[in-house]
Amino acid sequence: MTKTVTDVICPFCGTLCDDLEVVVSKDGKNLLEVYNACAIGAEKFLQSQAKDRHTRPRMRQEDGSWKEISYDEAIEYTAKMLADAKKPLMYGWSSTNCEAQAVGSEIGEYVGAVMDNTATVCHGTSLIAVQDIGIPSCTLGEVKNRADRILFWGCNPAHAHPRHMSRYSIFPRGFFTGKGHTGRKMIVVDPRVTDTARIADVHLQIEQGRDYELLDALRVAFKGEQLPDVVAGIPKEKIYEVAETLKSGRFAIIFFGMGVTQSLGKNHNIDAAIAVTRDLNEYTKAAIMPMRGHYNVTGSGQVWGWQFGFPFAVDLSRGFARYNPGETTSNDLLRRGEVDAVFVLGSDPGAHFPFSSVKKIYGLPSVAVEPHETPTTEVCKVHVPVAFVGIEVGGCAYRMDNVPIETRKVVDAPEGMMTDEEFLTHVLARVKEIKGV
Amino acid sequence: METVTLTIIKQPELYLEADCISPDVFAETTGEIADLPVYVGREQHRLGDFFEISGRAGTTPAGTKIIVKGDLSRVKYIGMKMTAGEVVIDGNADMYVGAWMQGGKITVNGDVDAFAGTGMKGGELRINGNAGNYLGSAYRGDWRGMTGGRIVVTGDAGSDLGTFMNGGEIVVGGNVDVHVATHAEGGTIIIKGDAKSRLGGQMVEGEIYVFGDIDVMMPGFAYRKDVDLEVDGAKGRFALYEGDLGERHRKRKGQMIYGKLYQLVRP
Ligand code: SF4
Repeated sequence: MTKTVTDVICPFCGTLCDDLEVVVSKDGKNLLEVYNACAIGAEKFLQSQAKDRHTRPRMRQEDGSWKEISYDEAIEYTAKMLADAKKPLMYGWSSTNCEAQAVGSEIGEYVGAVMDNTATVCHGTSLIAVQDIGIPSCTLGEVKNRADRILFWGCNPAHAHPRHMSRYSIFPRGFFTGKGHTGRKMIVVDPRVTDTARIADVHLQIEQGRDYELLDALRVAFKGEQLPDVVAGIPKEKIYEVAETLKSGRFAIIFFGMGVTQSLGKNHNIDAAIAVTRDLNEYTKAAIMPMRGHYNVTGSGQVWGWQFGFPFAVDLSRGFARYNPGETTSNDLLRRGEVDAVFVLGSDPGAHFPFSSVKKIYGLPSVAVEPHETPTTEVCKVHVPVAFVGIEVGGCAYRMDNVPIETRKVVDAPEGMMTDEEFLTHVLARVKEIKGV
Repeated sequence: METVTLTIIKQPELYLEADCISPDVFAETTGEIADLPVYVGREQHRLGDFFEISGRAGTTPAGTKIIVKGDLSRVKYIGMKMTAGEVVIDGNADMYVGAWMQGGKITVNGDVDAFAGTGMKGGELRINGNAGNYLGSAYRGDWRGMTGGRIVVTGDAGSDLGTFMNGGEIVVGGNVDVHVATHAEGGTIIIKGDAKSRLGGQMVEGEIYVFGDIDVMMPGFAYRKDVDLEVDGAKGRFALYEGDLGERHRKRKGQMIYGKLYQLVRP
């Protein structure tokens, strides 16, 4: 016999779909089938059932082999490592719930850590721009019900956020968007002909690394000023035409991804894109939204926002919060040799950071808290496997539009496994003991 | 003027935060200069743990000169927030040299890393070497960048030069990387060498002079006319561009005021 759990939240990407159905065994121990999710979302659920999954912490031995250790030993190693370090880096925090993020921040305060999340190699640049000039944004519900001009800039939702277009941005019929995709104009800016670009009404095949120039050109076009004949490989007639298309909509939305946040200019590109959005509001309603990757990277920014005042790259080493990307960001800290221990939870820097940074992690005392075996667990001294958030334990996550959604537990974790929050709570208690507070 | 000489004798394991190396702090301390606090991560140490110190400070910041010697490429915040007096750095220094400085003079005989002259209000910062990124820029999230003072770099400067600049002057003897005077609302930037791209993006007011090449001009800058000028002692004919046309601008006496970008016309 089986039972079906409905309204399950997908803990994979920032779209945080909330309509999944999951079939589990009657005793609630095995997950059998997943409905409504996209391929990558379903895969995440099914992976939790892998037979060769690690269920106990392990420590790297002198000869390079792994030795299984108890959770208590892992807690002791982690607490000692963090308490002894002069400036530990506590990185990740994007694939876990807000409850765990909050406990992690408390540890960070006691040990004087630098707290950084995956935004540092993703949308951190967007956060810099938001701090510089603000952001006119909205929820995905508003997009579904109102938006008739959809602009995807440097992102490829067809692959990275597979249900984004069907649930919110292009295909759904909403309150004022009863015609679905036929009532919407879709514009894609991307140097490559992606699967997203293929279904667009207009594809601006921009020259690589010229986003800032093209955004500036749009602003010039809105004002009716003169443009050079070609900007960023796009003829000016086309730019005036796209500017007119955007202005003539009832509600325009710009979604942007790592194609602009991590290419030349970084935060400046987003700064200019926000300025484009602000300008558009003189003619119609317009909003802009980052396509956040990890399902709860947004939540990590929220938690630190209310705890420290900054959404990523928070340096707590001197007992007060400092924030300056370029200095307090993980890769700068690692590259320059500014940290002496690394704690990773809910992310895979081994796969996403430059090789030079990964080498630095390898050379330092390090702990990875992570359900899977990943390139990061391979370079760390201790690997602590934990339950999957959103599958084996619930907790709060923030969707890319900053809407908090309570994820749900659908199956039990393997016998005796800790959750992120449980592990961190124990580490916190031990850190306080060591520090005598 | 009294002089204090600091020679680094021990390199920090990580980086040293030494915001106390400033004429203001030295002149005002009642205790020993060697006992002033410095930080490595969360640990507090004494300045004397890392530097050999000789000479003494004056009774006022203006009457105090500090000479710092050795490899300071792991020392941050030298001359931070100083209001008067003089600092000479003989060697390379790390981030935030002369950040938020208000007066006095800093001379660096070497290179500096990023964020030198951040949020500078006054005084003079002279770098006889290269500067990193964010020279004379605003601190993160601050829309009031450099408001006064003068920065001179004899070598090259990195990206994000003079972001949100409001006043003062920056002279770069060599080349600069991308993003110059972004969001500027005033001030002057002179580049003797070449520039890459994104000069004056989102610029409201202020002036940029470029003696060398510009790889890519912002589409929001329009050519107006040629003008004959004397810039930092050099006479020449410059092409005047105005922009950023996409950005908001003030009107003065019915005239729209734009940011100005002058590029030397070479015969
Ligand atoms: S689009 Fe994202 S949140 Fe939705 S099912 Fe796919 S991976 Fe999960």
